[in-house]
Amino acid sequence: MAQAGGGGVPPPAAGGAGATVLVLEGATKSFGSVRALEDASIELRAGEAHGLVGENGAGKSTLVKVLAGVYQPDAGRLLLDGEEVRLGGPADARAAGIAVIYQEPTLFPDLSVAENIFMGRQPVSRGRRIDARELRRRVEALMERLDVPLDPSRPARGLSIADQQIVEIAKALSFEARVIVMDEPTAALSGAEVERLLSVARALRAQGAAVLFISHRLDEVFALCQRVTVMRDGRQVLTGPLEGLTRDDLVRRMVGRELSAMFPKQAATRGDVALSVRRLTREGVFADVSFDVRHGEIVGLAGLVGAGRSEVARAVFGIDRRDAGEVIVEGRRLPPASPTGAMAAGMGYVPEDRRAQGLVMDLSIARNTGLASLERLRRGLLIRGADERRLAADWAARLRLKFARLSDPASALSGGNQQKLVLAKWLARRPSVLIVDEPTRGIDVATKAEVHRLLSDLAGQGVAVLMISSELPEILGMADRVLVMHEGRLGAELSREDASEERVMLAATGSTATEPGR
Amino acid sequence: MSLTAERRQREAVQERARRASRLVDNVLRFRELGLLLALALVVVVTTAYNPRFVSAQSIRDLLLNASVIALLTVGQTLVVITRNVDLSVGSVLGLTAFMTGDLFVGHPGLPIAVALLAGVVIGAACGAANGGITAVGRVPSLVVTLGTLYVFRGIDYAWAGGRQINAANLPDSLLSLGSGRLLGVPYLAAVTVVVVAAAAYALRCFRSGRELYAIGSNPDAAVLAGIRVGRRVLVAFVASGAVAGLAGALWTARFGTVDATAGTGFELQVIAAVVVGGVAIFGGSGSVVGAALGALLLSTIGSALVVLRVPSFWLQAIAGALLIGAIALDRLIGLRLASALRQRSIRDGG
Repeated sequence: MAQAGGGGVPPPAAGGAGATVLVLEGATKSFGSVRALEDASIELRAGEAHGLVGENGAGKSTLVKVLAGVYQPDAGRLLLDGEEVRLGGPADARAAGIAVIYQEPTLFPDLSVAENIFMGRQPVSRGRRIDARELRRRVEALMERLDVPLDPSRPARGLSIADQQIVEIAKALSFEARVIVMDEPTAALSGAEVERLLSVARALRAQGAAVLFISHRLDEVFALCQRVTVMRDGRQVLTGPLEGLTRDDLVRRMVGRELSAMFPKQAATRGDVALSVRRLTREGVFADVSFDVRHGEIVGLAGLVGAGRSEVARAVFGIDRRDAGEVIVEGRRLPPASPTGAMAAGMGYVPEDRRAQGLVMDLSIARNTGLASLERLRRGLLIRGADERRLAADWAARLRLKFARLSDPASALSGGNQQKLVLAKWLARRPSVLIVDEPTRGIDVATKAEVHRLLSDLAGQGVAVLMISSELPEILGMADRVLVMHEGRLGAELSREDASEERVMLAATGSTATEPGR
Repeated sequence: MSLTAERRQREAVQERARRASRLVDNVLRFRELGLLLALALVVVVTTAYNPRFVSAQSIRDLLLNASVIALLTVGQTLVVITRNVDLSVGSVLGLTAFMTGDLFVGHPGLPIAVALLAGVVIGAACGAANGGITAVGRVPSLVVTLGTLYVFRGIDYAWAGGRQINAANLPDSLLSLGSGRLLGVPYLAAVTVVVVAAAAYALRCFRSGRELYAIGSNPDAAVLAGIRVGRRVLVAFVASGAVAGLAGALWTARFGTVDATAGTGFELQVIAAVVVGGVAIFGGSGSVVGAALGALLLSTIGSALVVLRVPSFWLQAIAGALLIGAIALDRLIGLRLASALRQRSIRDGG
């Protein structure tokens, strides 16, 4: 079997550089008005692991998708062995020898490990019949190379995520990929599994592959990589050998994103505790989370994607079951796993994904506004349409919703106005506690500022607001206090005065430099 | 660790993995085994009540009755494995049965092979329409074939125009195909066995066969693996149509008397047999052998109930209960298997 390095790649020196395999130059990619990548560049060398780090939304995933052939960049070029290539789709990337290992691979659950690896490329003997023995032999050889004992004939169903990734890596080896991109592969793995993955990655590197390793966990980057690229706002802000750099150096480069709008949080008088979360635990997701939110206060919940922020919000609101702990609203304990109970206690929840969870896209604006207030709009068995329209008109005016008619479907609104509509739905209930998850994701700057003003007004009226956001400027601008989550736990609590981008990022990446909260 | 110790450990792990995989294979094969056991049970109980149930003639009748549905399950299985469904098979059978009959009434001298070929070609054309709309138009196959169920039947009615084909007008050579036997086995059953075996071999041993499973198991991953999904799905529908066409020609040979209603409602019997036979209704797993055994089991139960003097209006209720039982059993086995596989992951992966 050929080695992954392919023709003419010199053996890698320890920690040193082989030949340059892949160069991405000046890649730019926009989605609507949002620039996800701006003049991003990266250079990968044979026999070298290259770390790619950056805050949420810095453009890492977009860059991966460009390399995977999923996105075609608007500008820029991709060189493989010094020759320009154009990737029209995932198949092109694969043919070019680029393999991407995603955080959660998509396998064929009903088929065997061997078939998953060689689907469409099974070895055949006479008469194009699949040579089962040869197939098994090749898979066993791959597993031996990776030093992982996986039975080739077992179905993929029931494999752990770590083993599914191994199957993907074996697939990459089977078509002799020279560039192996790992997109946050360790996010869902346990400690021992991470160790195994890192040793597999080291083996790939030693065999001459160019590895691009993306991770939020800086220890892993330091443990595996020789070079590193830091991205911020879709650009590369640092690239070079990892040697000589410290964690703090990386974090300092990751933060400092531009403020894209004003964050007009006004000081409000803090009242009594409105929401109190005590030792909330959901096994394997988050543990021992405790915090309070007072009337008139906006508490920011920061952390990296996958730290468990939205999961905490879902458990607090009762969408997901909790394994331990309690949630107290206005002094009353909420029943577990009951959104109805949470709503009755005066809580509202604006979810992260407004299209799938926040709105019924085919229903009218009026209907969507009334959805959470049906009990109040009910007369006997029927809903009064006139009351519903009055309610909707009232809130649309207050939130300055831009729409043509109240009978238009929610899908006719722009992203920012859809977000306002979700807010209207909950505000119509006059909640005393409001949880908002990524309230301004993917909406334009002007509407963003309006949403911020609105949240600030609500706090001014005494509503307790818990705001999850991946945008550090938003957290720092809006929140009276910042809670930072790291791998399912609250890692730090910072007051408005103490909170800085660096301190939040350090806590979010699990650095011990910051004092732990509580 | 020394090299030999390491190797020994690795071999131990591989041996353990191999043993475990045999266990899984047995559980998977259990499906066909279970069907055979159920079949044996039905036969034994019925025979105890009426010994003539296992006479040579009675067994031949059982096989003949099951043959047409079993044939249809072969094509249906190919389609269902890709996470699609073909509801038009009964109508395709009706249409091809009448057209083949008409052909032979007009040209009594034609060789038998032409009858079969005509059926296959007409059926394949129907299948191409189904597959084309599904794969190219990206319309759910449930909707497409529900439509063509009526379209093909409508063409059948229009073509027949109230006529009926009678055995008296058909050449003996064609009729003998329906009633004759080879070494005691009815031709019809023999043809079915050959088609089942060929399809089973193709599904197991060719890339194209494995790709059908891949498409049903995870359509998105199939695209990423470079499988031409649309083309494969089209081929599955063409095969289903062709087999239904063959079944139509054989239907004419067997019954001689054909009108435009032949095969009405067969689609549901076929799907029931496929599901009882262990083919996952959402694709990705199952075998044609299992599906054909499912057809044999359902038709044998039908005959047994008659022998046991169960009122005929109970027949459908019992067939339905069996279907639900089969799905419940399937789910149960699936859950057990999944947890067994997870256990193995923990043990071996450690």
